[in-house]
Amino acid sequence: MNMTHQKVWTVCTIVLLALIPFALSGYQTSLATLMLIYALLAMSIDIMAGYTGRTPLCHGAIFGVATYVVMYYVTSAGGNPWVGMLLGIGLAALVSLVFALLAVRTSGVYFLLLTLALGMVIWGVCQRWTSVTGGENGLRGAVRPDWLVDPSRFYYFVLAVGLVATLIMWRFVQSPFGLSLKGIRESESRMKSLGYHSTRHLIIGFVFSGVMAGVAGVLYALFNSFVSPSSVALAQSVKGLLMAIIGGVGTLFGGVVGAAVIIILENVVSSFTERWSMVLGVLFVLTMIFAPEGIVGKLRSIKWSRKGSK
Amino acid sequence: MDRRTFLASSAALTGLAVHGSFNQVLAQGTGPIKIGLLTPLTGVVASGGKEIVEGFNLYWEQVGKKAGGRDIEVFIEDDGSNPDIALQKARKLTEQTKVDFLVGDLLANTGLAVSEYAKTAGIPYFIPVIAADDLTQRKRIPNVIRVAGYTASQMPRPLADYAYKKMGYRKIITISQDYTFGHEQCGGFAQMFTELGGEIIAQHWNPLNTQDFSPYLAQIQAAKPDAVFAMETGADATRFISQWTNFGLKGKIPLLGAQNFTDQSVIRTMGPEAEGIISSAHFAEGNDAPATKKFVDEYNAAYKHLPSIYGFSHYSAALWIAQAIDAVKGNVEDRPAFLEAIRKVALTTSPLGRPVRLDAYGNPIYDVYIRNVVKRPDGKLWNVPVETYPEVTQFWKYDPETYMKQPSYSRTFQGTPSK
Repeated sequence: MNMTHQKVWTVCTIVLLALIPFALSGYQTSLATLMLIYALLAMSIDIMAGYTGRTPLCHGAIFGVATYVVMYYVTSAGGNPWVGMLLGIGLAALVSLVFALLAVRTSGVYFLLLTLALGMVIWGVCQRWTSVTGGENGLRGAVRPDWLVDPSRFYYFVLAVGLVATLIMWRFVQSPFGLSLKGIRESESRMKSLGYHSTRHLIIGFVFSGVMAGVAGVLYALFNSFVSPSSVALAQSVKGLLMAIIGGVGTLFGGVVGAAVIIILENVVSSFTERWSMVLGVLFVLTMIFAPEGIVGKLRSIKWSRKGSK
Repeated sequence: MDRRTFLASSAALTGLAVHGSFNQVLAQGTGPIKIGLLTPLTGVVASGGKEIVEGFNLYWEQVGKKAGGRDIEVFIEDDGSNPDIALQKARKLTEQTKVDFLVGDLLANTGLAVSEYAKTAGIPYFIPVIAADDLTQRKRIPNVIRVAGYTASQMPRPLADYAYKKMGYRKIITISQDYTFGHEQCGGFAQMFTELGGEIIAQHWNPLNTQDFSPYLAQIQAAKPDAVFAMETGADATRFISQWTNFGLKGKIPLLGAQNFTDQSVIRTMGPEAEGIISSAHFAEGNDAPATKKFVDEYNAAYKHLPSIYGFSHYSAALWIAQAIDAVKGNVEDRPAFLEAIRKVALTTSPLGRPVRLDAYGNPIYDVYIRNVVKRPDGKLWNVPVETYPEVTQFWKYDPETYMKQPSYSRTFQGTPSK
């Protein structure tokens, strides 16, 4: 019953997403593309925050690093965007590995602060290494291949990549390995006593989530054709985390909902009021009070309580 | 697969196959002309950003929001002092609000990001304040024009000349915000100063939004220069001037500034700590030329404070744009003709009191004033000219072609002899 229900929801969402370029203008389609990219980032954060139980504040930096690699490779080194994207994901994996080795032995607030600091190191490098990263000016130049310049085509490309990545993430968290991460979240000491090498599992989980953030990052390079230190700043990690929380930590798909909410707030609501960030803040507070499990989490618990009362 | 999924997916696939691009039908010029004004209303230079809106709107209000026989509608977007947001808003204005052209931005990095977008989207972009040198030098973009603007290195060169010849300084330290505008202002100053025979003994670069300057001030104090050239904008300038005084350096080491350092938006809330700072710019609100006085009085009456460079530049830009719109009789949709009209404008009614026109590379030529911050009888501070350097172009004493062969100013290249 549960599985079919989920399949129906999934198919409906995919169909809805596929129809977007027909319903919306080119500019709005590009906003939807941005939403898909951020959804990937939010979902990658959710793997750590929701499933592993360790909330990171560095995935924005990993995301931005991948963007920088693509921009640098194509504009300064004159390379092919596809190779650049692979290199970007590769560097994201490497950075995640380094971060993981440094951070996974801590948990809770210490993990949060440590990943925050590591993200800031990346920001500092991007700010100061002017010869490579362009410093405050960032890197700019057309990186999108000609056949993807049309916003609808690019949207479908991002949608296809996003669906594949989401599928991979979904299989990952449902797999025995994903369950072991949940176990570590519940009780690390018990997992250790059962013989699981929790540190190794955490490192693998972290790198996996970093790779997914890297995928989002390379797509962002194609989307924006521009990168600056604000793409690796703390605000980026916080934005992704907010999306994961508002959508629902531990639900994976909550990332999509959260990304949609925040992108819409940023772009649509800001046309009506300058104080859109206040609206975001109020929304966040209300979510924390009435639906701390996020929008998707709340919908699921409503469904379950309805089932239970039958 | 079940029937629902089959129908949905085939609909999507057919849609993909049939999809084509729609050509925009250009509206013939009868509706209002839409102008997109990008400006930092939040972030480190929000104080300047607000004044951009003031200056721009003041002109349109004075002429009843009309030009070339059509109404003028200004759409304002906040670029957040951040190039990513500036790019987002530029896209929004061009693709959603469908403005006829873009104006504005303050920080050089936001301007560079939007210029790149303007290059690919083909929309005219006018930059009265963005002073990134290369936009009218090595990396000229045909539809990005520095209307009523200036290049970063244009203004400090006369100041370097004044510092060496008139004030007799020989050893100077520069401190600047670490981004293009800072690099280019310092580069312009350093190259001229060292070519005259002076020495730049050290250069400090601080990130935008530096809260605490004491590490830099301590180093400056220890090095004992003849003077310091400071390039800070917005909140950083305010903080630097206060901390300079609190640190005890005021009166001990002379302070020279870039024009934004002593801009009205910075000094109007300050007291004696800002007095006596020498800077150079094409605009001095304390200038007693009749046209300048008239503009300053009108601005003061409308907004209850003296105009800054941001307000002045955008007022002049609006004046310039209006003249071009009149020249094409309101037909801004014909972009090549409109851009040509912009380039040909010779502004005779500018608040500077002298005609302003573009040089061959698209940058205006100005008389540069060496200004001093003095207190008016009513207690307010303003910049008063003490010396004038006439007809300063973006290249000044250098030959353009030779000059453009040297690299752009950056942290690593400042035009000084390599050690």
